[in-house]
Amino acid sequence: MSAIKRLSRRQIMRGMLGSTAVTVALPLLECVLNDSGTAYAASGRALPPCFGTWFFALGLTPKLWVPKQTGNPYTLPDHIKVLEPIQSKINLYSGMQVFLDGKANQNHYSGAQCHMTGIVTRTGSEYDTSLDTVIGNQIGTHTRFRSLEVDCAGDRRATWSARSSNGMNPSEISPLALYTRIFGPEFKDPNAAHFEPDPKVMVHHSVLSAVSEQRRGLLRDVSATDRARLDEYFTSLRELEQQLAVELEKPAPLPACTIPARIAAADDSGALVDQVGLRNRQFGQLIAHALACGQTQLFNVTLSPPFNPLRKSGETSGYHQMTHEEPIDPTLGYQIKCKWYAEQQMAMLRDFVQILDSIREGDGTLLDRSIVYVFTDHGEARLHSMKNYMIFTAGTGAGRMKTGYHLAAEGDAVTRVPLTILQAFAIPASGSYGSESNHVTKPFGEVLV
Amino acid sequence: MSALPGRRAAATRLIAAVAALGVCAGLAWSSARADTATRAETSLVRLTPEQYERSIHDIFGADIRIPANKVDPGSRNDGLLAIGDRKLTLSAAALERDDVVAQAIAAQVADPRRRATLLGCQPRSEQAADDACARGFVARVGLPLFRRPLSTEEIQAYVTTQHQAAEQLHSFSAGIAAAVAQMLVAPDFLFRVERGAADAAQPGTLQLDGYSRAARLSFFLWNTTPDSELLQAARSGKLMTDAGLQHEVDRLLDSPRLESGLRAFFTDMLAFSGLDEDPGFDTLAIDAGFYPNFTLSAQNEAQEQTLRTIADLLLHKNGDYRDLFTTRDTFLTPALAALYGVPLARSQELGGAVPWVPYHFSDGEPYIGILTEVSFLSLHSHEGRTSPTRRGKALREIFLCQKVPPPPGNVDFSLVQNTSDPRYKTVRQRLTAHRNEPMCAGCHKIMDPIGLSFENFDTAGEFRTTENGAPIDASGELGGKSFDGVQQLAQLIRDDPATTSCLLDRAYSYGTERKPTAQEQTWLVRLQAELTRDGVRWRDLMRRITLNPDFYTIPMSAAPLSAAAAH
Repeated sequence: MSAIKRLSRRQIMRGMLGSTAVTVALPLLECVLNDSGTAYAASGRALPPCFGTWFFALGLTPKLWVPKQTGNPYTLPDHIKVLEPIQSKINLYSGMQVFLDGKANQNHYSGAQCHMTGIVTRTGSEYDTSLDTVIGNQIGTHTRFRSLEVDCAGDRRATWSARSSNGMNPSEISPLALYTRIFGPEFKDPNAAHFEPDPKVMVHHSVLSAVSEQRRGLLRDVSATDRARLDEYFTSLRELEQQLAVELEKPAPLPACTIPARIAAADDSGALVDQVGLRNRQFGQLIAHALACGQTQLFNVTLSPPFNPLRKSGETSGYHQMTHEEPIDPTLGYQIKCKWYAEQQMAMLRDFVQILDSIREGDGTLLDRSIVYVFTDHGEARLHSMKNYMIFTAGTGAGRMKTGYHLAAEGDAVTRVPLTILQAFAIPASGSYGSESNHVTKPFGEVLV
Repeated sequence: MSALPGRRAAATRLIAAVAALGVCAGLAWSSARADTATRAETSLVRLTPEQYERSIHDIFGADIRIPANKVDPGSRNDGLLAIGDRKLTLSAAALERDDVVAQAIAAQVADPRRRATLLGCQPRSEQAADDACARGFVARVGLPLFRRPLSTEEIQAYVTTQHQAAEQLHSFSAGIAAAVAQMLVAPDFLFRVERGAADAAQPGTLQLDGYSRAARLSFFLWNTTPDSELLQAARSGKLMTDAGLQHEVDRLLDSPRLESGLRAFFTDMLAFSGLDEDPGFDTLAIDAGFYPNFTLSAQNEAQEQTLRTIADLLLHKNGDYRDLFTTRDTFLTPALAALYGVPLARSQELGGAVPWVPYHFSDGEPYIGILTEVSFLSLHSHEGRTSPTRRGKALREIFLCQKVPPPPGNVDFSLVQNTSDPRYKTVRQRLTAHRNEPMCAGCHKIMDPIGLSFENFDTAGEFRTTENGAPIDASGELGGKSFDGVQQLAQLIRDDPATTSCLLDRAYSYGTERKPTAQEQTWLVRLQAELTRDGVRWRDLMRRITLNPDFYTIPMSAAPLSAAAAH
């Protein structure tokens, strides 16, 4: 956090509305970056870290993906050889599991839920605060967007991000819509020479602030359950106010910030491999530029919903159905088509990570100040297995984590990885994570700096 | 969207009619709130995108353009999104979209060209605030927007917003737009705030007040905000009397708007937005390479076909709900006719922008009832082939309210699911082998025998008699009764008591947006017996539900907070 005392945005707004001659009080000293472009010159404060999740459904082909060596270096097996260009920038975790503690296995739900919340609920209609929300509450409170959620297979329901059990953060499915949302008329280029707050935005912000003032009256008579829901509404409202407040501030220059090419209008539905791959790259570009331009520090990508509809043109059913119907080749010992799908998804992961890594920021890259948490729903989708999950992290979070490792933790709870990430970000009260048998206290210290 | 004079005029009448009501009721509401502050309690139901749109059009006119606002897909609980709406809040993304939509609507409402119909006064200056003019406007539109009169303090808050914005931007219209935008993102609009008081006769239960009763009634039957007459009945207290309630229920049931309520209910019940693994119409991706007749037009019109079939039978013909499964009357477009393999007369195709024409399937044709319509058959299939399991599961869950458990973990499907195994050419043969697996038998025995009877209809709903060269066997069994083909199955579904009880449960749950209590379930069992005897007719069902006093209650699942605790 900056050593410079920041004026509250409410203070700034009130000052603006009280005067027609607009003067924006800004921490101007922060507006100049150091020579390498990695920190604000005056305070020496590093560019803020970023966190994101990247979910892919149905895991990988059993027995084919686990490297023989652990530690650093290690050799990538052929099944995930496609990750070689980014191997030094990722960690691979193997051997861990999700404990159900006697609860029913909500297929394609319980496993991902545990990865993102640390808990396993009895039904698929329950959830909890997700990892990105926990981290975002600490690091992502001064950006235009709290977070960006996208799904590459055209399903708004595909998301693992939530503030609580009272509803998920829906995914954007249209790259064009996301482009417009981020880089439309409301976007303020941080590198623009001239900045003048828009009076209409000031009024707009004032309108939302006035709604916030109604909070007390409404909360007076509601039940505890509804109070929690209203509280979340008002949290959403505050985030919206924050979004507008950012538009009214002269943003600090960010040399790496450029506006991406406008996305062409396209059919946003369909889950053919080529379509999903294209949207993954388009969303990746938009998210990367949004991060580089200081619009957000958080993102959540789902490559597809957990019942993965990814499909090769000409096949009569999708990847998910294929995991249950394709016989294991008696000679090779695995499902041939499913292996192909899994490798396509790994290629998409590589593409996404490379996009983040392609944005230079001084001596490093955008990926270098980010941590991306990559998880899936089943260890072996064919059996709905909750064991031997494959997990990745990418990026160091601005030097908070080491990369290039394969870490095997046979039989441990998968929650060790989110715990490691929480500790990397120095999130308060992150001495442990998860509940019941998924409660862990031991991070992967080998990769924590 | 072009202006619809009728709807626009209706909106004008609504605003005019509530004018006196809103202004004169404001003080009364303010004092009433103060009196009941320590005992009144509230419950929240999130407005659906459709309810949002219909409310805006009814209040401000049908020519108001509303940007797409379906951001949040909702959560299906106990078979209905409506029940999820009582559980969900508004995510940041959804509220952000609501804010964008509110800004767009507010700008149109404040447009000087709409002043004569919407504002009701002329400002003293185009460049300055006019508090008096704004005050009357806020009170008028606030009543139908919030489904209750605004308190004096609330009106003043919106007038202040108007004043500040108009002065800041030197524009009276900008001031009005700011006030409208503020109302449209307020929780009082985006949520239906149901208010009630503890019922001494039924501990743990809230009795809704008049305005909340009006809103529940209106959104259930019309899927929109209460009109001026209903609000007047709430204000006068008539809606809290048996006679007054009966009068308003009959008035709402006689209105053409009843079809909107019916469509909204069946859109939810039939899971047109998706059911578990099955897609909704917005994510449906049938492969046109396999099914060239399944065009985008056909996909877009399949949902409308089913809703037209339902509305025609239940409302226009006052038919029996159970006959939806055996009716041969429907409506077709050229795109749908291609899938059903029937010709439409050329003259009929030129009937309108979307050329819907009534169509009657003859006894010799294979199509019968809504279960053989493209909407059901395509939503519950794979992209390139049918799925008897999905169809059987959907039929059980949607129409019979029977929950099918998810498949267990650690099941090896591949032993019997080899589509290239020459021993198992048809889906029936493969699934029969699969059902012999003990772990799978329990659930598949209740899904597959029903789903297999639809095998004469491919993923796109087109009729076929063979699969991979082998003749299709469409026989099956339901509740111990054997049948041969979907026509016999349709009759069994029609006559199954679970079909009626499911509709009653869903309709009651949809209206109250919660599961029925034990007391209400007992009442529903009695109602089922009566309707089974007399006929399951929509208006009759709606009337009986909305005249049941329990319909206007909320079981308190959690203790309300005291006033101090909420601060």
